[in-house]
Amino acid sequence: MKLRGPPMLLKIEKRAEYSKTMVYLTPIIALVLTVLSSIVLFESLGVNPIEALYQFFIAPLDTKYEFSELFVKATPLILCAIGLSVGFRANVWNIGAEGQLTMGAIVGSSLFIYFPETDSIFLLPAMIVMGALGGAAWAAIPAFFKTRFNANEILTSLMLVYVALLILSLLIHGPWRDPAGFNFPESETFSDSASMPILISGTRMHFGTLMALLAVFGAWIMMARTLIGFQVKVIGEAPRAGGYAGFSRKKIIWFTLLFAGALSGIAGLSEVSGPIGQVVPSISPGYGFTAIIVAFLGRLHPVGIFFAGLLMALTYLGGETAQINLGLPVAVTGVFQGMVLFFLLACDVLVHYRFRLNIARKVTSQ
Amino acid sequence: MSGFDWVVPIILTVITAATPLVFAGIGELVTEKSGVLNLGVEGMMLVGAVSGFITALVTGNYFLAVGAAALAGAIMAFLFGVLTLSLMANQVATGLALTLFGVGLSALMGQEFVGEPIAALSKLNITGLSDLPFIGPIIFGQDVLVYLSFVMVALVSWLLYKTKAGLILRAVGDSHDAAHSIGYPVIAIRYLAVMFGGAMSGIGGAYLSLAYTPMWAENMTAGRGWIALALIVFATWKPGLVLVGAYMFGGITILQLHAQAAGLNVPSQVLSMLPYLATILVLVLISKDESRIRKHAPACIGKIFHPAA
Repeated sequence: MKLRGPPMLLKIEKRAEYSKTMVYLTPIIALVLTVLSSIVLFESLGVNPIEALYQFFIAPLDTKYEFSELFVKATPLILCAIGLSVGFRANVWNIGAEGQLTMGAIVGSSLFIYFPETDSIFLLPAMIVMGALGGAAWAAIPAFFKTRFNANEILTSLMLVYVALLILSLLIHGPWRDPAGFNFPESETFSDSASMPILISGTRMHFGTLMALLAVFGAWIMMARTLIGFQVKVIGEAPRAGGYAGFSRKKIIWFTLLFAGALSGIAGLSEVSGPIGQVVPSISPGYGFTAIIVAFLGRLHPVGIFFAGLLMALTYLGGETAQINLGLPVAVTGVFQGMVLFFLLACDVLVHYRFRLNIARKVTSQ
Repeated sequence: MSGFDWVVPIILTVITAATPLVFAGIGELVTEKSGVLNLGVEGMMLVGAVSGFITALVTGNYFLAVGAAALAGAIMAFLFGVLTLSLMANQVATGLALTLFGVGLSALMGQEFVGEPIAALSKLNITGLSDLPFIGPIIFGQDVLVYLSFVMVALVSWLLYKTKAGLILRAVGDSHDAAHSIGYPVIAIRYLAVMFGGAMSGIGGAYLSLAYTPMWAENMTAGRGWIALALIVFATWKPGLVLVGAYMFGGITILQLHAQAAGLNVPSQVLSMLPYLATILVLVLISKDESRIRKHAPACIGKIFHPAA
């Protein structure tokens, strides 16, 4: 084992103050590095990298319909990521958005499942509210265990993802199965009054996208202009200062988890009431997990999250296009998304530290 | 004798269900003892599972397969080390990234091998001993990885508490500044601990794809990496208790198989929830006593080390 090497030529030095430029630049550096690495990846899969990159990033945006699909896919990502980002800023590590999304979809759709004949215009709004409550209730469990019993929210929120998916499976293979559905594990197709209105005819872009935009603006104002947003930031960056100011950490844990749960729940309901149109065993291809990447790539800022959400949505679409046109496995999308986050975290060193070449030995005082 | 015949198969399945958790748990324990929290266990297990499976399928050599799994896990852990130890990235976020990346990478690596069958890792068969009633199959009839898992727990326990190397490792985990100032290479020690954790997670994953269910399926770890992380809290960072906890969870996991066989009229989904619910319950019960956690957890866990000079 090498104990002490020769004096390092490259030295990492802490910056006196974090670099604002780097905050904005690192996501771009991370993306460039991801693209470069994926060229190697495509090459090793025996695919022409230029062609693959074209299929991934350009081809999915060819037509108006495909462009609108970008927003369809970005909607749940943005909703979940906005919720998660507020928690992350307070060092509350809720990673169970996938479960909260599933619970929101279940609780929200229960209104339609049990009152399928209703054609009231209040059905959908009620479903959205129920979806938010369902997601928030699911997130309340880790909040309660964290504040009351000090149980790690990372592990409890993640365990609840599996439980939520099993509850969905239980319902859809049992009481919620459409009796006229040839024994497929699917619910009845949602009626018009239970479905998200389409924003642009000829596309699948739905009301959920507007809610996602609302969440972006709402969170922006909340974080920049309100007391609770200020408390979230203080508790996250300087917990002791927050304590002296009389801010309650428990309150922030509750608030951030309920907020994320409600938004994820709305995301889940928007999926079943929107593009899917019924309750199925698999509501989300891991939107709740990808939202973690979206939150970080967007620098935990609502506006950043909006663009990061669109970009991650593009990787889903690109993955599908590349699968159809080039026969690339769909799993490439996951590798790609993982790489983005990896490189981003690696580049983040540039925000707080700088690299110095150690040419002459400097006298350092301690 | 016949009255106890049903006990042996139950114990045997508990052992196979517990072994992956023992490996992943004991590896992550060493990582955490050095002051590093790696939440990427699930990702490392998956990459280990798929690497081990492909190697076994292609070469037919299970020794190589386990080696490949350990190597793959260690490489993943090395990536984690580069980010968190050298580039000082946030450990929680990087661990999540490692899991997300591992899920994608393993799916990509294994997509051509889904559903391909291989023979399960062979079990020890000592003429005479393995045929003994009751204790024969349990003590003398396991596969080599089960024995290895016990050896690893004993080894880690001995290393941590009876050797100087273990003392240094714990010192690094409890106060990296003090360890650094007396001249220990904090970062190098942490790299080793993190990579040991990765190798063990890799083997734990490979146990699933080589022995537990000898095949590859996407996401086949099904949260076991996270359960292993919870196990360490449950065990209050003690190697022996990791073993106990792993067997407890193994027992809960196989409960569903036997409950169904016994004709218990409970939906399979409810039984499948049990390990996850049990994990939450255990976390709540153990964490309730905050001072106990603080007393046993490595003091520097999750903290970034940046030598001042």
